[in-house]
Amino acid sequence: MSLLLKNGFVYDPLNGVNGEVMDILTEGGKIVERHRSKDLKIIDVSGMVVMPGGVDIHSHIAGSEVNAGRLLRPEDHFKDVEVKGKVTRSGVGYSIPSTFTTGYRYTKMGYTTVMVPSMPPLEARHTHEEMDDTPMIDKAAYPLLSDWWVVLEHIRDNKIEECAAHIAWIMKATKGYAIKLVNPGGLEAWGFGKNVQSIDDPVPNFGITPREIIRGLCKVNKLLNLPHTIHVHTNNLGKPGNYLTTLKTMHCVKDLAEETKPVIHITHCQFSAYKGSDWSNIRSGAERIARYVNRNSHVTIDLGQIAFTDTTTMTADGPFQYGLYQLSGNKWMNHDVETETSSGVVPFRYRRKSYVHATQWTIGLELALFIRSPWKVFLTTDHPNAAPFTTYPLIISWLMSRHARERLLKKINRKARRRCVLTTIDREYDLSEIAIATRAGTAKALGLTWKGHLGVDADADVAVYALNPRRLNLSKEYDLIEKAFERTAYTIKGGEVVSRRGEVVKSVLGQTYWADVKTLEPNEASSEFKQRFKDYWTVQYENYPIPENYLHSSKPVPVKAEV
Amino acid sequence: MITLTQKHRFRVPIHAENITPDIFETKTIDEIKILPVFEGNRRRVIADLFKVDDDSSNEDRTIHLVGDLTKLKKIGAKMSLGQIVVDGSVGMRLGEGMRGGTITVKGNADSWVGTMMKGGLIEVLGNAGDYIGASYRGSTEGMKKGTIVVHGDAGSDVGCFMKNGLIKVLGNIGSFAGINMRDGTILVKGDSEGRLGAQMRGGKIVVLGHVPSILPTFTINSIRRRARVGNERVSGPFYMYNGDIAEMGEGRLYVSKAKNPHLKVYERYLPS
Repeated sequence: MSLLLKNGFVYDPLNGVNGEVMDILTEGGKIVERHRSKDLKIIDVSGMVVMPGGVDIHSHIAGSEVNAGRLLRPEDHFKDVEVKGKVTRSGVGYSIPSTFTTGYRYTKMGYTTVMVPSMPPLEARHTHEEMDDTPMIDKAAYPLLSDWWVVLEHIRDNKIEECAAHIAWIMKATKGYAIKLVNPGGLEAWGFGKNVQSIDDPVPNFGITPREIIRGLCKVNKLLNLPHTIHVHTNNLGKPGNYLTTLKTMHCVKDLAEETKPVIHITHCQFSAYKGSDWSNIRSGAERIARYVNRNSHVTIDLGQIAFTDTTTMTADGPFQYGLYQLSGNKWMNHDVETETSSGVVPFRYRRKSYVHATQWTIGLELALFIRSPWKVFLTTDHPNAAPFTTYPLIISWLMSRHARERLLKKINRKARRRCVLTTIDREYDLSEIAIATRAGTAKALGLTWKGHLGVDADADVAVYALNPRRLNLSKEYDLIEKAFERTAYTIKGGEVVSRRGEVVKSVLGQTYWADVKTLEPNEASSEFKQRFKDYWTVQYENYPIPENYLHSSKPVPVKAEV
Repeated sequence: MITLTQKHRFRVPIHAENITPDIFETKTIDEIKILPVFEGNRRRVIADLFKVDDDSSNEDRTIHLVGDLTKLKKIGAKMSLGQIVVDGSVGMRLGEGMRGGTITVKGNADSWVGTMMKGGLIEVLGNAGDYIGASYRGSTEGMKKGTIVVHGDAGSDVGCFMKNGLIKVLGNIGSFAGINMRDGTILVKGDSEGRLGAQMRGGKIVVLGHVPSILPTFTINSIRRRARVGNERVSGPFYMYNGDIAEMGEGRLYVSKAKNPHLKVYERYLPS
């Protein structure tokens, strides 16, 4: 079947289309120039915005820590209930929605691809089971590798090529997509009740530093030619004064960059951009980080923007989560994933009247507005850490409208308002920049060449928003921005209309991408490695890798490695 | 007055959150008859389950429920005005999140009476179950305001995460009364099964009857002649304890001296 979207204002930054009135034609799940099938369905989208389907680079929607959060928070579910629909299942949850509800809500906002950013290799099976149960969207997961014993040993012995071969095996075994680093070295130290304070602190029992881990994995990433860069959650995250650590982290891989290709992605950067020495004098370090990002081309970041709401924090950063528990006194969970990583969950409420929370809110927006190129800074809330993903429309309205920001600025903590520079920023994103920060830029950073644009042969994932940019003054009518981005007029997934006016009309499965790394030599686990599995893991080696037929809809992305 | 009389015996739970004065007020009697209620997983209307009579000679819009309503959940949920009178016993979550008005139950009530309540008055003339005035499972937002009076006995965990307001139990009470309490007052006229105020951080629990023991994380403060409960004063004398120290709490526990001679040992720790 072919589908023709007629006369929309098309925003397709990767192909240089900026709001021109065009037709988009799809057939067989792809964007095409000419249709062959006689069965042509025409939808008139005149006066509406047409964008590629959204691509979320960082959102915790599946996995063991997400499920632990669900167990920990029955009170999060009962206030937000989705009733069974004609094609949809029932579900619950505000900050940690159940899997099906997650898929439906993303599709209603026009998102069609979502990345799960923290998958402990040991919990990969669980993560994939949940991803299989998340319909409507394509997804992929990043395995956590920065505190893996085997990786740390290889880096200690300076065996980067062996390390690359091992990670190639891990990507295949866990069906992962990119290398995720969380507080590199710190989580291993946390196993002994310690943490690392800077990127040059030694990691206990290994005698290496976080700097070596970051550089080592960055080199591995290059050797393997993985589609995405290394995806880094910095050391000292969530601590006042940590912007220096972030600058050092970005700078330590600068010499590994070739030309203008990014080599490092700093995720939820808002949490890593604090000046000050303690919580009472915390200030924004956004300007310094933005200056660095503006001057260098080897870095991309995503925001981790806060919205003032009740949410659940969950990361693999065990020591950070413990600190958050001490700060908030809320119920909490902490977990040690054998030889691999750690994790923690703490419910949290961001309050407008709190100096710290209000400052955090300004930092996220300052990052987005100070960094000039939207190809370097992407919209996320680190769902659900800074806010649930359902707040994206609200954040888009803040980015697009100075008036929307000013309205909220009047209501936040006075000290935070007095100290922030957000009040002086006039910049407003236009729709093209929003399209970059939410789909084109993320797809490019992730190496998803068939996503995030509407060129021929791209996936037919399209979002149509009922918003007329020629008629409206978006800066003033920011309520309409929020409303439009909350519910698409049409969401098209794989060439089919799956959601219409905020209602899911067809349930589709969505594919799971993973990096199928082809090494020069066949990559088999050594008998020594298998023996270590017997010694240190609670899972047998034979049960560890996930066979491809285990996934409902597996889509390997072939990658040719240099080792 | 609108009277709802049970038509047949209810076998499965019924979600009755639509039975509130707030919803009834704006509707005619025919509209009330077709208000949806879920009986188990079946969608029904009120007229399927109840005979609905409107006594139009009576101007007052009290909702009068008659029958064995132990399967009816959430009667009067979120109501903010008016009155509900129940001639019989009711099920769980009576007056959940209630903001104002009055509910009177002439029989017994099940657990979670007045959970997350924010105002108003609930009176149960019989016994009530556990978790009266508590928060939702996992939440720390318990009852914030209002009054709950139970004339009979009450179960355990009464006033869990209570933030303010008043709970009066005129009979006996189960264990863990005032667990995680933040503020407000619980008065128990009968005996308690103990573990009073576990993890409480603030508020006041007054017990006029027997208490098996006091938790080790409470310290004796003084002997008081009377205690203040809402606007009234209750005469003692009482042993007054502070706690829960494990939570750095500043809660106050008043326990009758006359009914608890075994607590005399604490007197030697009284500051002289």
